[in-house]
Amino acid sequence: MAKINMRKMEENQSGTIAAIKVKGELGRRIRDMGIVPGTKVTVAGRAPLFDPVALKVMGFTLTLRNNEADFIEVEVE
Amino acid sequence: MEATVALAGNPNSGKTTLFNALTGARQHVGNYPGVTVEKKEGSCSHNGNQLHIVDLPGTYSLTAYSIEEVVARDFLISQKPEVVIDIVDASNLERNLYLAVQFLEMGVPLVLSLNMIDVARQRGIEVDAKRLSELLGVPAVPTIARSGRGKDDLLAAAVLKVKEGRKPDPLVISYGDDLDLALAEMEGRIRAQSFLTNLYPARWVALKFLEGDAQILEKGRKLNPELASSLEKTVHKVTDHLAKTLDTEPEALISDHRYGYIHALLKQGVIQRQYNQNRLYASDTIDRFLTHRLLGPIIMLLVVMGLYKFTFTYSEMPVAWVEGFFGWLGDLAAAHLPEGLFKSLVLSGIIDGVGGVMGFVPLIMFMFFGISILEDSGYLARVAYMLDRVFRIFGLHGNSVMAYIVSGGIAGGCAVPGVMATRTLRSPKERLATLLTAPFMNCGAKLPVFALLIAAFFAENEAGIMFAITIIAWAGALLAAKLLRSTVVKGPATPFVMELPPYRIPTFKGLCIHTWERTWQYIKKAGTVILGIAIILWAMMTFPSLSDSRAAEFERQRIAIAAEAPTATVQKPGSAQEDTGLSAAAQQLQDRLEAVDHAEAEAGLRYSVAGRIGTALESVTRLAGFDWRTNIALLGGFAAKEVVVSTLGTAYSLGEVDPEQSEPLSERLANSPEWSPLVAWSLIIFTIFYAPCFVTVVCIVRESGSWKWGAFSVTFNTAVAYVLAAGVYQIGTFLGGS
Repeated sequence: MAKINMRKMEENQSGTIAAIKVKGELGRRIRDMGIVPGTKVTVAGRAPLFDPVALKVMGFTLTLRNNEADFIEVEVE
Repeated sequence: MEATVALAGNPNSGKTTLFNALTGARQHVGNYPGVTVEKKEGSCSHNGNQLHIVDLPGTYSLTAYSIEEVVARDFLISQKPEVVIDIVDASNLERNLYLAVQFLEMGVPLVLSLNMIDVARQRGIEVDAKRLSELLGVPAVPTIARSGRGKDDLLAAAVLKVKEGRKPDPLVISYGDDLDLALAEMEGRIRAQSFLTNLYPARWVALKFLEGDAQILEKGRKLNPELASSLEKTVHKVTDHLAKTLDTEPEALISDHRYGYIHALLKQGVIQRQYNQNRLYASDTIDRFLTHRLLGPIIMLLVVMGLYKFTFTYSEMPVAWVEGFFGWLGDLAAAHLPEGLFKSLVLSGIIDGVGGVMGFVPLIMFMFFGISILEDSGYLARVAYMLDRVFRIFGLHGNSVMAYIVSGGIAGGCAVPGVMATRTLRSPKERLATLLTAPFMNCGAKLPVFALLIAAFFAENEAGIMFAITIIAWAGALLAAKLLRSTVVKGPATPFVMELPPYRIPTFKGLCIHTWERTWQYIKKAGTVILGIAIILWAMMTFPSLSDSRAAEFERQRIAIAAEAPTATVQKPGSAQEDTGLSAAAQQLQDRLEAVDHAEAEAGLRYSVAGRIGTALESVTRLAGFDWRTNIALLGGFAAKEVVVSTLGTAYSLGEVDPEQSEPLSERLANSPEWSPLVAWSLIIFTIFYAPCFVTVVCIVRESGSWKWGAFSVTFNTAVAYVLAAGVYQIGTFLGGS
């Protein structure tokens, strides 16, 4: 188990959200979509220019920009 | 019984589909007061009960961060609908219940619609509606909005809820010891002083103070500054404590616990899953191709080309019908109205003006039908996803691309549906920047202007010049967007956090309703504001008319020409116009008479208000190489860009030139000493960038919600155009390019 920044996750890699280190609107939106500590996520892919990233969370697909993913720490196997 | 029912739910939960299924054609689209968020209302009846249905904006939460969420919240508080139906996606319950739980915390009378229960089943998810209903204490009705299944049960549950008429107790969720303690203490004080409790439950107010909700804080400070500041002190204390002990903040803790509550709830036998939750579905397989690194952009390009082809091929005929109808109306008026100002007003002002605008209607219908397919199927979200990286550089959003393309990103679009297409953008700043810059794209009406100038000066390199014009428009729009985003629409990027909804086949009914709504809004505008502006433009180009002495002079010339001609040919040359067997002498006579008419039209135009403005501006526009003729033409282009060509024709004494057949005019320009390739370039640049046509301006006003932005786009765009055109002309002249 290791904690890494979400930006560093590879395609198809899974992990569990450990922390969200951002306040205000961005933090709020991320959490509203179900990205809260303990949630399992899988990187489903990246856009043609490697940004944004697409995640599978709780059975749906969510997209985030890399600079937004920077605030999310993920525990990966 | 009569009651108001509000429909709420996450975007992509099938809310709009359900709204359409319930209300059918009995719906009405407006705006929520003071904001540009769309408000859809409709009605339906159930067992003799009359239900007024309001579609709230789709939201994931109920914070004060986005207008949609504030609008939804305010509607619930101020209008107090008798019942709220929350549409939740049954295949995605966990996240969808997050909003439901917030409604329950607000003490809203709720009915859950477990929508897309069929999709959930396909995905191996069994939802026990009864169990969920017991645990949450609200009715939960399985539905399939696409087919209308469960609709009646849902309405029955809603009606029952209304008849109960009991205001439910707000749901109480535990937020952990630290927050619970603070909440209880704050709640007590709020209750004691009846602080905002006429509107919201006391615990909810305390919760919003802990979350730092901007709207509630402001309301509170106004109502009771003392209590507000003491509550804020408590919040500070808790916040500090949480930061020290748990390295977190109230807002984060609250959402963690809400999700925790939902998790625990679903584990009590509500949901049974056959497969791993994040397993891949058909939709994900499609995405492997449609968002593939190489294939994705290629397919996207093909889809966009397809949209264009579809729109312009199929709208060609109906556009021709509409134009034909107005042409017929014009002929009818021309034949029956007495000669004079009134006739000119009806013909050139009203029929040409409104006809020009109505000519767009089929185009808008087809364009929006196409866009609705892309939107409802889920593809548009993928386009945004693929292109966001590029558009973000310029302070825009991935979704901006659609507005640009529709406006003429591939030459030949139209800025009117383009500006209207910005509605798919949920980020207010990015949206404003997009709708202000989309008119820079080369719409179909600018093309005749380019065609005229290319034929006159660059005939040997048509394709190359057209390509350059497209690139210039894109570069200009993106850079202008960047400029706007760092000045007048400054602000950090709105978070992109966006759902990629599963691919779905759109319903035909949904597509038709979608298309009709936008078309109808456009038609309504055409009937009012646009008619007024068309008349003003007509008046500017007509008044004041030539003085009697000058008109008499033209009349004398005509008489002199007629007198010279042999008598046989003089017989009514006017009516002989359409005869094919005109003798050479008669033809010559007619040409000479027409030349006088055209000279009079030129003189009249120059003498009119528009002409005077054009002449007065000459000293300024000389810097860009434009004389008074070009100025008037550009002024006329405010009505519609192709009018530039016909007005230029009048100004050059060629009569009104058909924009589709401008060879005589382009010859004239090519041979004129006042013109050069450099002037042509300057005019091309100016045409790309200057004020959008007034139909677009009206749409900008509508979409931005303020006349201020309409006025801004006229002045800003014209300023940009002038600076660029003058720059090109001056540098070109300096380098000896003329």
